[in-house]
Amino acid sequence: MRQVYLDYSATTPVKQEVLEEMLPYFTEKFGNPSSLYGIGLSAKSDLSLARAKVAKLMGADEREIYFTSCGTEADNWAVIGAARAKKAKGNHIITSNVEHHALMHTCEYLEKEGFEVTYLEVDSKGRISLKDLENAITDKTILISIMFANNEIGTIQPVKEIGEIAKKHGVWFHTDAVQALGNVPINVKELGIDMMSVSAHKIYGPKGVGALYIRKGVVIPSFIHGGAQENKRRAGTENLAGIVGFGKAAELAEEKLEEHIKRVSGLRDYFAEQVLARIPDVEINGSMEYRLPGNINFIFNYIEGESLLLLMDAKGIYASTGSACSSASLTPSHVLKALNLPYEKMHSSIRFSIGDFTTREDLDYTIEELVKIVERLRAISPLNRQTMKG
Amino acid sequence: MGMYNEKVMEHFMHPHNAGDLENPDAVGNHGSPVCGDMMEISIKVKDNIITDAKFKTFGCGSAIASSSVATDMIIGKTLEEALSYTNKTFIDELGGLPGPKIHCSVLAEEAVKNAIWNYAQKHGLELEGLKGYDPNKEFGHDDHDLEEE
Repeated sequence: MRQVYLDYSATTPVKQEVLEEMLPYFTEKFGNPSSLYGIGLSAKSDLSLARAKVAKLMGADEREIYFTSCGTEADNWAVIGAARAKKAKGNHIITSNVEHHALMHTCEYLEKEGFEVTYLEVDSKGRISLKDLENAITDKTILISIMFANNEIGTIQPVKEIGEIAKKHGVWFHTDAVQALGNVPINVKELGIDMMSVSAHKIYGPKGVGALYIRKGVVIPSFIHGGAQENKRRAGTENLAGIVGFGKAAELAEEKLEEHIKRVSGLRDYFAEQVLARIPDVEINGSMEYRLPGNINFIFNYIEGESLLLLMDAKGIYASTGSACSSASLTPSHVLKALNLPYEKMHSSIRFSIGDFTTREDLDYTIEELVKIVERLRAISPLNRQTMKG
Repeated sequence: MGMYNEKVMEHFMHPHNAGDLENPDAVGNHGSPVCGDMMEISIKVKDNIITDAKFKTFGCGSAIASSSVATDMIIGKTLEEALSYTNKTFIDELGGLPGPKIHCSVLAEEAVKNAIWNYAQKHGLELEGLKGYDPNKEFGHDDHDLEEE
């Protein structure tokens, strides 16, 4: 059976070139970068090369990149680090209500310690209001953390404007760019970003490696304590093979960024057009103007997301849903809630994310199957255009 | 996905008795699209025996599978027998559901009760199994949409 992976926002396969670059680091180049002999020193220098590549993809200096175990760790470190570093100034953090759990739950953790957190609301397309942001800033505000692009609906935030506001008020600006890196041109200097979380496995690198960009001049305490790795700011023997893989993936992403954006957004637009043309009563969540190139999030009215996913899975098509029944909590995702969608539409929402290995044939197959699956589920649904009006 | 057992998947992929009955003797429903699951069931009744049943369900895999087994099980049964079935009966018939999905089978139990209640109302029947049944107490079981994580 054909297998069509349309969940690149969840994770990406490791590219062949990345894997090949990594492999020697498990065997002959296995040295510990902290060791003071041949294979240790060469590991240290290769670590530095990888760091430079990751830095280049975001316009940072090599010394501003600190490798972590994942994007979640980078988010935890940035937010908790800023809270600890700036405790004397204040206890107020501003974020949004569409952040990834890594950010949201870290803020909730700090709330229990007495920090105050403002969760900015978003508009129906998922963007924050710059006016609301500016109004929320007080003399106790120590951090603004707004994600670069949303993982579910793909909405890109006005990052540059947020950076300007943060600078104007002398507040640090952190952004979770896990979804944006390699999909949107990013220059941390031009965008006024003080800290930025990224992850390798969303850009065709391996799982288990992330990084936090910390602008020179921003000082936060360590999160993982121990040895002197990562310029004494993040202890623990480096995931050398993983970091080398991250470096290679970043290099590839940087070289082909323009081509990648053009190709993936072209496929996405084709897919969206076809789905809207061939299936009645479908809507799109999020903004088409400010959107990640590979992301599309549909509302298939009158059917529930999980049953759609299961039938797609049976046809080898892999996507994801923010619908309640897909999760143990039975509540729809906080991102869909933040859009103020009617509940029944949240339950009918499905995310497809397209990537470098997606072909037009994959999408044609998906469209053909989707037409049949949606028709089949609607045939056994008590809901339709008439019932939903009532 | 492997979250459901084979029997649940079989009922989900090829549900029995899906659709509407022509000229049903009663129709029942439970849930709402707001909650993420809703079931409608239509029945034919002769001499207090359910001779046919069909369902329409908006819901996840387990809601659809529960609808399928519930309609299977009530066909050929007396109204009182059908009323004695609980969501547990349907879960057992399905060979189990994952924990968070238990509530989806309640949908089937309540929709069946609602259909029989409507039938009883129409025909002035007093059924033991309907004692204490309140058709308006709809969301008692699954107001999960209001819960926070």
